[in-house]
Amino acid sequence: MERKTYNFKETMSKPERLAPGHRMCAGCGGTIAVRAVLRALHEGDKAVIGNATGCLEVSSFMYPYTAWEDSYIHNAFENAGATLSGVETAYNVLKKKGKINDTYKFITFGGDGGTYDIGLQSLSGAMERNHDLVYVCYDNGAYMNTGIQRSSATPMYADTTTTPVGSASDGKLQNRKDLASIIASHDVPYVGQSTFIGNFKDLHQKAEKAIYTEGACFLNIMAPCPRGWRYETDDIMNICKLAVETCYWPLFEVEHGKWTLNYEPKKKLPIEDFLRPQGRFKHLFKPGNEHLLEQFQQEVDRRWEDLMFMCSR
Amino acid sequence: MATDISKIHEKSPWQDITPGNQIYGAGTSKDFMTGEWRTQTPVLDAEKCTQCLLCTPVCPDSCIPVKDMKREDFDLEHCKGCGICAKACPFGAISMREGQ
Amino acid sequence: MGIRERLSGNEAVAYAIKQINPDVMPAFPITPSTEIPQYVAGYIANGEIDTEFIPVESEHSSMSATLGASAAGARALTATSSCGMALMWEELYVAASNRLPVVLALVNRALSGPININCDHSDSMGARDSGWIQIYAENNQEAYDNFLQAYRIAEHKDVRLPVMICQDGFITSHAVENIELIEDDKVKAFVGEYNPENYLLNAEQPMAVGPYATSPYYMETKKGQREAMINAKDVILEVGREFGAMSGRSYGFYEGYQLEDADYVMVIIGSAAGTAKDAVDILRDAGKKVGILKVRVFRPFPAKELALALQNAKAIAIMDRAESFSGEGGPLGTELTTALFHAKSTAKVVNYFYGLGGRDFRVENAEAVFEEIASKDNIEPYQYIGLRQ
Repeated sequence: MERKTYNFKETMSKPERLAPGHRMCAGCGGTIAVRAVLRALHEGDKAVIGNATGCLEVSSFMYPYTAWEDSYIHNAFENAGATLSGVETAYNVLKKKGKINDTYKFITFGGDGGTYDIGLQSLSGAMERNHDLVYVCYDNGAYMNTGIQRSSATPMYADTTTTPVGSASDGKLQNRKDLASIIASHDVPYVGQSTFIGNFKDLHQKAEKAIYTEGACFLNIMAPCPRGWRYETDDIMNICKLAVETCYWPLFEVEHGKWTLNYEPKKKLPIEDFLRPQGRFKHLFKPGNEHLLEQFQQEVDRRWEDLMFMCSR
Repeated sequence: MATDISKIHEKSPWQDITPGNQIYGAGTSKDFMTGEWRTQTPVLDAEKCTQCLLCTPVCPDSCIPVKDMKREDFDLEHCKGCGICAKACPFGAISMREGQ
Repeated sequence: MGIRERLSGNEAVAYAIKQINPDVMPAFPITPSTEIPQYVAGYIANGEIDTEFIPVESEHSSMSATLGASAAGARALTATSSCGMALMWEELYVAASNRLPVVLALVNRALSGPININCDHSDSMGARDSGWIQIYAENNQEAYDNFLQAYRIAEHKDVRLPVMICQDGFITSHAVENIELIEDDKVKAFVGEYNPENYLLNAEQPMAVGPYATSPYYMETKKGQREAMINAKDVILEVGREFGAMSGRSYGFYEGYQLEDADYVMVIIGSAAGTAKDAVDILRDAGKKVGILKVRVFRPFPAKELALALQNAKAIAIMDRAESFSGEGGPLGTELTTALFHAKSTAKVVNYFYGLGGRDFRVENAEAVFEEIASKDNIEPYQYIGLRQ
């Protein structure tokens, strides 16, 4: 696909495809991600939006109020990939039979619970079968809808309600799952990882590529949750920036197995800068816990090196 | 025919509930006023605003309408007052005032 | 009149699918229903139908994709058995509550554990409260005929509910029997085109499916489902009559066999009715007034109609091919007894469990049941047939 130059102001002037009046928390990163992805749809193209159960679903289609300006289907928690596979296949058949004429795109959203964990099998199936759809994970690193329980996307040492920090616990024991790599290993045409940076160029371009590349595409978007992460709600853009500048959340894409790093910080910031504003990591800054921070930094470094290697192949 | 959601409310008889809870139409959430949740309110200083639009993508509630590359005033019927836009503005053109 | 063939139950249902030429079929293999998607995949591979097959990675996904396709505006279906159905349990409820008119070709098989691949009705009976219409077949002919009627019932504007077409695993699904097939053009005319009023891919108007509904809406939604299920009764009868006019084989809620003047009646579902009919023939020859009521439609439950059909019976044996572990009766036993109670029946009622996990149910077993209910007064109300003790 020919890559269009990003005209920020024109992009922002496009008709809004997520209506206000949904019930997501004030300052939610999830709907910032949704709006950014939907802006990449070309005007005139229709879409069917899928959604795994989660905050986004219960808040954006609370009967009889739908926030979606496009057709929308929520089915259950673990099956967004399969549900949209069915929609996309129906489109192909009805088009072949001449029952519909319009161009439709298929985009489904899931949180990390619905994507990394309970919906992984269904997602894997949809990716492997290479349906022409985009699966977007808005990753806030825990099951926020049910009250901040750990997921396999939760970073190590995070304080969650199922990995509470206590006298005998430093929070979550395990490292987060690297889902983008797992999906890239499905040999899909496009995988992109992004978050909210500056004028959203990186995310917009990745969303446009994902939507307009034929086949199954996957976007992993870090979408901070002010309640779960316990930072000042208005600080979201700074949190995202620190995630990228510390190399905790690198911006990269994988096109048909070819890995590309989209941004390399001029000076990699220490991971403390990303962790410090978040209440879920408060315990790491207590005297005597320096080794935990060190371990966290080592894990970030190791993953960054792995990524650099993948991108240099 | 589009669903008339004004007929679907907590007092509606079962006959008025759409089969399968399906809604025909789109964007009906606009009828639900989340602006009531707000405890602080963004105020735009039009003089300081350069129309850079950096406040617009960061709004989780689609409450900063843009027409022809210019932002309009806040949709206070729905704005929840999170303050992200105020912090994202490089020119200090948005301030948060206490209350609705 | 019709095309004479010899087919297994699975082949018969696959052939019905071929004739209907539905839009989307996601499926995952499980014994004994596996052949159905295999045959359909074969038809597709040979360019005989337009259906798109989705080789999903689980039964949960097969039903999920079926529902996605249906909401999108396609005629969709899947097939499964036993644990496959158990895995899609959640989706069965979603199908019915979202009012998506999909069809499931169910080949009844015992649920684990222990794992067992043979027939009983524990899979579909467990799903009896999921909101699906359930229609059962005695043999391959009925499985075929029922399948051809399924979409007419499911898609009817007063119904809009999913339909489960059930046949007995191996006994029906794998046994090759004579069958009379209906000509393609007649099937096409009978089933008709699917043109839903609202669907996700309707360019004129978007649609939203699957909301979060709070308690002020949930109960009214359930009432809507209940009414649709009640409406289905008339539609099932109307479609069954129309099918009869086309094929010479009419269908209702049940079939009576020597029922009219029977004092002693066995109420049974599925293939074992055929076995029981043989017992009736033997006992009738000996002058015994015995008969069969074979239940075809279990959901909606035709309570009044069944009670009326049993009004002259002195004793009734209700046969359940599924345990419900209440420590009391099985699914059919419990519901039919309730129906008889409301009809003020004074008949003696005994509820037998038979054929679990494929245990044989023979003509002599059926004869023994008739002899017991005809001759004894104080019979143990809940019994297992063929149990070693």
